[in-house]
Amino acid sequence: MMLGRLLGPRVWLLVAALLAAAILVPMANLWLPADSPLHVPSYMVPLFGKYLCYALLALALDLVWGFVGILSLGHGAFFALGGYAMGMYLMRQIGSRGVYGNPVLPDFMVFLNWDRLPWFWHGFDQFWFAALMVVLVPGLLAFVFGYFAFRSRVTGVYLSIITQAMTYALLLAFFRNDMGFGGNNGLTDFKELLGFSIASQGTRAGLFAATCIALALGVLLVGGVTRSKLGKLMIAVRDAESRTRFLGWRAEHVKLFAFTVSAVMAGIAGALYVPQVGIINPGEFAPVNSIEVVVWAAVGGRGTILGPVLGALLVNAGKSYFTVAAPEFWLFVLGGLFVVVTLFLPRGIVGTIDHGWNALRDRRRSLSAEDGTGAPPQLPPQSPAADRTSMPDGALPSPAE
Amino acid sequence: MTMESAQTIAGPVPASAASDVSLARAVVSPHPYATQRAAELAAKAATVSPRRDTLLYLNGVTKSFDGFKAINNLSLVVAKGEMRAIIGPNGAGKTTMMDIITGKTRPDTGEVYYRGDVDLTAHDEASIAAMGIGRKFQKPTVFESQTVEDNLRLSLAGSRSIFAALFHRKDESERDAIGRILATTRLTEKRRTLAADLSHGQKQWLEIGMLLAQDPELLLVDEPVAGMTDAETAETARLLREIAQTRSVVVVEHDMHFVRELGVKVTCLHEGSVLSEGSLDAVSADPRVIEVYLGR
Repeated sequence: MMLGRLLGPRVWLLVAALLAAAILVPMANLWLPADSPLHVPSYMVPLFGKYLCYALLALALDLVWGFVGILSLGHGAFFALGGYAMGMYLMRQIGSRGVYGNPVLPDFMVFLNWDRLPWFWHGFDQFWFAALMVVLVPGLLAFVFGYFAFRSRVTGVYLSIITQAMTYALLLAFFRNDMGFGGNNGLTDFKELLGFSIASQGTRAGLFAATCIALALGVLLVGGVTRSKLGKLMIAVRDAESRTRFLGWRAEHVKLFAFTVSAVMAGIAGALYVPQVGIINPGEFAPVNSIEVVVWAAVGGRGTILGPVLGALLVNAGKSYFTVAAPEFWLFVLGGLFVVVTLFLPRGIVGTIDHGWNALRDRRRSLSAEDGTGAPPQLPPQSPAADRTSMPDGALPSPAE
Repeated sequence: MTMESAQTIAGPVPASAASDVSLARAVVSPHPYATQRAAELAAKAATVSPRRDTLLYLNGVTKSFDGFKAINNLSLVVAKGEMRAIIGPNGAGKTTMMDIITGKTRPDTGEVYYRGDVDLTAHDEASIAAMGIGRKFQKPTVFESQTVEDNLRLSLAGSRSIFAALFHRKDESERDAIGRILATTRLTEKRRTLAADLSHGQKQWLEIGMLLAQDPELLLVDEPVAGMTDAETAETARLLREIAQTRSVVVVEHDMHFVRELGVKVTCLHEGSVLSEGSLDAVSADPRVIEVYLGR
């Protein structure tokens, strides 16, 4: 199969599973009676929708960390910026239904005695404009940040620290009321998205399906990019950056491309996240959030496509379970998980399974070779230009000069 | 027609230029700027001439790190199509010299020219590589997690644009080019092997193959036979001689037996400058070289 060879069967299975979920979960939620064993309870739809947003964020991080070796500890910033762009649209949709009933100004601006909309809030009453900003703002920030960081050849720990500083600076900035993004309360009280009530079951099911499709497209994009020659180049930059430079490649361009694409994916994830959780506040910029994304990708297996998706879903499902069952232990569990994965599963779940599978196959092959049932060993390669008769001569140890 | 009227017709020609009727200027062009430009070009040609026919030209290059002069007033000329071996004890500045040529390090002073008129100190690694200078590191540096074939595919000459790489399609000519390099470097059987699974010697050959794929005019090869068996060393010497038939090669090496097998002109570096240059026999007979190698 042409497509299978293009991306590998695993990517197609993941995409098929996501598309099936996009159709079946909303159906099972909306149309099956509540007592049916297959019924999906209403609280679970936005919950899993949220997990899928996290999965897209983890996949975005994996594109830069797993494939190019840039450990970004600030991906939460791109996620939050996408979320804020969507939040601004949702705020403008409230209109005169807010507490103060102002048809143009969101409630927090009325509360702060502002008399008109700041310039950067214009246009956000249009969905297309907000959607454009969801992509442009994180993309542009990543491009500018990456341009200077990669051009100056900032790598490794130093790059991780400045990405962390970036998200922390944004956290502090968004906390200020003067910034015009609602200060520490953020943006909330949303009513409508594209004319649909945000609290209705139908809208939530629709958002879930949209998230599944966005994640499926993200998987296809990352799969396509990493399978291309550029993807091989990304891995080359990760493994031996100076070699790529001496081959004439501009490693900084490769990094900048991956970083920008990844930030755009994170922004889209944030934009889908906000209507499903109903709030966006500066807490999303918190450095610890970005670090948690790294944990998801590491648990699932960095440098794989299935890994970060699986990691984000598993860790967050675990988080939901533990924060109810044993709330005081969750942070220890998370910390312990990271230690265990780093020490015992450095390849993550998917990476470890892959590695074990390959090792098993190699062992089978060598066993069959021992039995003499395998293919005969190949002759050692010889130079076509080599003078065969002189070979034994050259093989003799020669006196050192 | 008088001189006066000629001047009126010519218009903006200044009186000084018109009166100064040197024959050479009149032949080049009546315009004063063109004349000036011709004079500049002639002056440039005169200064370029000693390095015009060289491929690599280093003159008075100095580089110090925290006061330590790694390269000290080094001058070296490599002709087009030449193969040169560079020897010298540890710390003689061999690797720093390669760093300067390939744009990794900028010299403090001195000229570094490629093909006579390209100033290498004004370019970075990627553009120098694109100009046709390939470099093999001392420690074999290949893309370990990828197959031998993909290592070569990433090295093949061609567009170095990110988007061209994204939409790149494999084709027959690419496959053939890779096949030829695999045959030259004796790695045909290893086409689908991961580079990490190659032996040390095979990795060295793969890296040389990657340089060949770049189709460079000049190859800089840093200690290609370090850690190789004698058979591999002999094979590598054969490989480099084969490559040197069509390209210029600079080999840095400690192994004197290997240098003898190459049979080329030898430059001995010591404390950042050239100590001796000539055939291997002449260099190894040089009392200064003997002193440096055997201690004083």
